[in-house]
Amino acid sequence: MTRHSDPTQVQLTADGRLKHFLTTEGLSKDLLTEILDLADSFISTQERAVKKVPLLRGKTVVNLFFENSTRTRSTFELAAKRLSADILNLDIARSATSKGETLMDTLWNLEAMYSDMFVVRHADSGAAHFIAEQVTPGVAIINAGDGRHAHPTQAMLDMLTIRRHKGTLEGQTVAIVGDILHSRVARSQIHALHTLGAKEIRVIGPATLVPKEMEELGAKIYFDMEQGLADVDVVIMLRLQKERMSDALLPSEGEYFKLYGLTEAKLTLAKPDAIVMHPGPINRGVEIDSAVADGDQSVILNQVSYGIAVRMAVMAMAMSGQAAEQAAQKNESQETTGDDA
Amino acid sequence: MTSSATALPDAEALCQQLSSDIKQLIVEKELKQPLLIGIRTGGAWLAQRLQQSLELPELGILDISFYRDDFDERGLATQAKGSELPDSIEDRAIILVDDVLMSGRTIRAAMNEIFDYGRPTSIHLVSLLDIGQRQLPIQADLVGASITINPEQKIKLSGPNPLQLSIG
Repeated sequence: MTRHSDPTQVQLTADGRLKHFLTTEGLSKDLLTEILDLADSFISTQERAVKKVPLLRGKTVVNLFFENSTRTRSTFELAAKRLSADILNLDIARSATSKGETLMDTLWNLEAMYSDMFVVRHADSGAAHFIAEQVTPGVAIINAGDGRHAHPTQAMLDMLTIRRHKGTLEGQTVAIVGDILHSRVARSQIHALHTLGAKEIRVIGPATLVPKEMEELGAKIYFDMEQGLADVDVVIMLRLQKERMSDALLPSEGEYFKLYGLTEAKLTLAKPDAIVMHPGPINRGVEIDSAVADGDQSVILNQVSYGIAVRMAVMAMAMSGQAAEQAAQKNESQETTGDDA
Repeated sequence: MTSSATALPDAEALCQQLSSDIKQLIVEKELKQPLLIGIRTGGAWLAQRLQQSLELPELGILDISFYRDDFDERGLATQAKGSELPDSIEDRAIILVDDVLMSGRTIRAAMNEIFDYGRPTSIHLVSLLDIGQRQLPIQADLVGASITINPEQKIKLSGPNPLQLSIG
């Protein structure tokens, strides 16, 4: 079976509820807002003595990471645990697939263990979408990053961070700085910012790392950091993947820091109350100066806390969509049987 | 509709009556540091009124969306707003307020949630209306009125100003 369907449609039930979370692209403002609102209420449950809610009690979530990511995997794990689900961490990079088992064989084996949700991180763009199409009805797929394509939970935790610190997404000018070319985060952010009403989205970076098609997504391209940062409300720094240096896409780390590293001096060009974000892990002295990362305008650690709440929200909503769809189908088949009888 | 219209009591009058009943309950049971907690949405409106008339310093709002027992049948309620409770409910005497008491499932969910916030000394249950049809062994300590309705019918409290009961 080949993949031709639209990922936006695959992730929604017939009545428009979320049942997988694959991409922020094409999702309505109402739905994205519902995710943020629900995440807000999960922030408050995590401040209690008992941080868990029993919403997904008895459900089994499998963290399926074909690519390593300690932070994303642990926040998904905590999110599942705080929803009272059972969670299994599978480091596929080091297990069955390396013994020759195909992706679908691995999945069918996990399904046979009565799993209810897969959280998928994969180096290939479209991997989560592919799995969502193949998986048994009733099982939810959450995209935890696929190739250069999308990282929707990271984008939504960034939206939550902006909303909580700025009050609203509407009317904000947001600059995304760094390696846009290889960044699935930037793509998901741009879609979400656009839908949620940001006034202006800027992408800043060296010409080798900022693809032209960013303009088609509705972002303005800047190669000059000083110009790009002028009067922005939000600065999102991206991690510089050091392996890009060897691809000859960049000069030296020192040169990069000089041109695109966020320093206190450069930050003064943004609005005085601008916030600084970074998806982590940060490279101090490469894309961000320690004084900024640890400074008053930095909300980098808040992002980590909000990440758990956002992941709880999408897990709850996807499982909820699956439950509602399954219940509807069950009722339908009962009615059919009733007619026959 | 075939069934004859059931006469519904005046919600505002019931609220006033409950207020004086609660005052008496607090005295009789010697409730220390009583805390009213209203269940969203109707119970929260009612609790807000009661808090004002009883001149209590705090109010708790409970959203039981994450504690319902019908997740697999209905999924999550889209209007889940979260709960707002005081920093600590440890050793508080809780007066749990809901608008309509029926199956008892909402109250079970609410009590489960309360215990995730801490260990109260006691919980008393107050409901504006009791319409029977219980599915769990749960009873209110104070009710505004008890009525019987057709099981297919639903009672709704609209508010917050004024509080009004309707049947549909």
